[in-house]
Amino acid sequence: MINWPLFVSQLFNGLVLGALLALISSGLTIIYGTLGVLNLAHGAMFMLGGYAGWLAYTYTNSFIIAVIAGSLFVMLVGVLMERVIIRHFYSRPHEDQLLVTFGLGIVFVETVRFFFGSLSKLVPAPPALVGITPLGFMFYPTYRLALLGIVVVALIILYLVLYRTRIGMIVRAGIEDSGMVDALGIDVYRVFMLVFGIGAMAAGFAGIINAPVVSIAPDVGEAILVQTFVVVVIGGVGSFPGAVLGGLIAGEIISLTSMFNPGYSYVMLFVAMTLVLVLRPYGLLGTAGRE
Amino acid sequence: MASRKAFFQRPISRRAVLKQTGALTAGLGVPSLGGFSHLYFTRQALAAEHSPIGTYPTGSEGDTVCIGASVPRTGTYAVQGEDELKGFQLAVEHINNGDELIMKMAPKINKGVLGKQVKLVVADSAAKPNQAVQEQQRFINENKIVLMTGSTSSAVAVALNKFAQREKILYVTGISGSNDTTGKDCVRYGFRQNFYGETAANAIGPVMLKTFGKDKKAAFMTPDYTYGHTVTKSVNDYLGKNGGWQMVTNQVSPLGTQDFSQYLTNIANSGAEYLINVNWGRDAVLSIQQAKQFGIIPKMTLVVPYQIPFLAKETGPELTAGVLAATDFWWTLEDKYPLAKMFVAAFDKKYGYKPEWGAENAYMQFAIWARMVSEAGSFYPPDVIKQYEKGETFPSMVGDVHFRSADHQLVRPVVIVRGKKPSDMKNKEDYWEVLEVVPGEPLMQKPNDFGCNLGDYT
Repeated sequence: MINWPLFVSQLFNGLVLGALLALISSGLTIIYGTLGVLNLAHGAMFMLGGYAGWLAYTYTNSFIIAVIAGSLFVMLVGVLMERVIIRHFYSRPHEDQLLVTFGLGIVFVETVRFFFGSLSKLVPAPPALVGITPLGFMFYPTYRLALLGIVVVALIILYLVLYRTRIGMIVRAGIEDSGMVDALGIDVYRVFMLVFGIGAMAAGFAGIINAPVVSIAPDVGEAILVQTFVVVVIGGVGSFPGAVLGGLIAGEIISLTSMFNPGYSYVMLFVAMTLVLVLRPYGLLGTAGRE
Repeated sequence: MASRKAFFQRPISRRAVLKQTGALTAGLGVPSLGGFSHLYFTRQALAAEHSPIGTYPTGSEGDTVCIGASVPRTGTYAVQGEDELKGFQLAVEHINNGDELIMKMAPKINKGVLGKQVKLVVADSAAKPNQAVQEQQRFINENKIVLMTGSTSSAVAVALNKFAQREKILYVTGISGSNDTTGKDCVRYGFRQNFYGETAANAIGPVMLKTFGKDKKAAFMTPDYTYGHTVTKSVNDYLGKNGGWQMVTNQVSPLGTQDFSQYLTNIANSGAEYLINVNWGRDAVLSIQQAKQFGIIPKMTLVVPYQIPFLAKETGPELTAGVLAATDFWWTLEDKYPLAKMFVAAFDKKYGYKPEWGAENAYMQFAIWARMVSEAGSFYPPDVIKQYEKGETFPSMVGDVHFRSADHQLVRPVVIVRGKKPSDMKNKEDYWEVLEVVPGEPLMQKPNDFGCNLGDYT
């Protein structure tokens, strides 16, 4: 039975899910836009953020420290990954880049499984955010509401960094034409390292703040990777606003379809992606000519 | 080279059979050499008559036989798959060293099956049917396996059933609760130890009606594959027919769903009083944790018709307290069954925790297979199948059990458990209280009710 409260509730669910997807996808899209590398280990980054945060939580019992630890650890992993491995692949074919990042993803997942097993770990939400909040049309978990707020703040910060700082300007210029940025005397490889670190951190941050909602397991990033990839395709490769728009669209498609038949949620998501690819191959907010 | 080696080994292994059977005959106090040699030569004649089938005779010509296991070690069912694998490994170890426990179920084994050591080859199926079939094909080519096993998803079990029948290799399921496994999709070459979803429904149904009463509204959560659909139907049918219960919503989610908010929103909006969660593995853990976040639990009473190994450990006993579930095995059954006690002790000693029912199911499947092969005195698949189909009663970790010849389903009891409150737990693994052990036979539908047609022997 579909009624207004249910419709509004699902619309709201879609918003929360979409915001999270937007955050993770923005990391994937700026890396791909700038470096031209599609990071198939992005899902593993999401997972690593959750585990690093969970470890920090078990030692400190502080959710805030867990979030900081999860984000910084994954940024560090991202920077190391770029310095040690990825930079050797910039001039190699796309297939090689896909294989190496895919392989790294497997290594990360299985390393975590080796040390912590497959049993899921729960990072509890901060005590103040536990419970449910009446929204009028429905009762909603308080932490999920907070999650929406946290993600929106994170996206605004990312926006400010990309659009209001010098480094952000260089990154955006790099997305359009990294060769020209290099020619202008800017050390483009240092920018690449930074972008990879920030992109990875977006996933790691999402991984830990999502841990109180979806308890973590080594495979937690696998499904996320597929969804964020779809979001990037819908929004437009390399476009930060595209990732946000794509994320929200994907979240709403999944939620609203589930009102009628949850079995078709993901089918509809892929239908939307196909439509975008046919009608606007560069994505809704993408630009023709970007790698 | 391999065949030359096998050729030279053959007389030795026959002597081993001779020696074992001789020892057994002597042990039983039957000093009739004439009768014995008659038996021996009859068997030789039979072996000569058997034309090659599947991996027979190549797979059993050496001094080792291989079993191929494709269990999920990654993905949604990884936790349960790993436990299942440990059960298989312990059983192989016990078969090879003639452990006292396995000898109770398979008395004719003697440091191996028919004088051959058993080797387990393992691959990760990730609970995907295609992957499992490809792996078993590889095991057939490379290891000439005499038995296949592994499944934690009934989708895998059904796929391997069909593959087993086509390749003429015996298959014993791992975990598989679908009605299809030994129902619509049953095969001559497949055998199942754990019960039908229908049997679980018929066992837990009366307990639910007694505990909760009649004419209630229930929301179902169902994983979108054979296990989910058949179990949901069985439980809903039982409650509807016998208690006037009404299914107000059925939320079907794909295997591996992480965010259940859309499904839970529909359930919160459905007016249900009971949440019957058929999801399994990590899907169950996440959906239950998130139902709590949405306040659906404790507003609605949670029931888990087909129990999930490690559920309470992962969600915490606060969430499983008071929850009713039907299960194959819970370790405190050691107080009731001596073999269960031996199993729990051996498992705990080796792996450092109490076995869940995935491990118990795995161990039982191998013990039964070892029994059937050693009783049949042959690895020739049709002979082993006919041994299963004799339907002899034998002891197990849940009392005396037997196979139904018409659908290759073990007739065994269903254990009804209820989650303990944290304050009632006597130790950190004391999550469930055994309420009832319900005899299986009266709970089971007729073998052909789900359209079982076993197919050919050869």
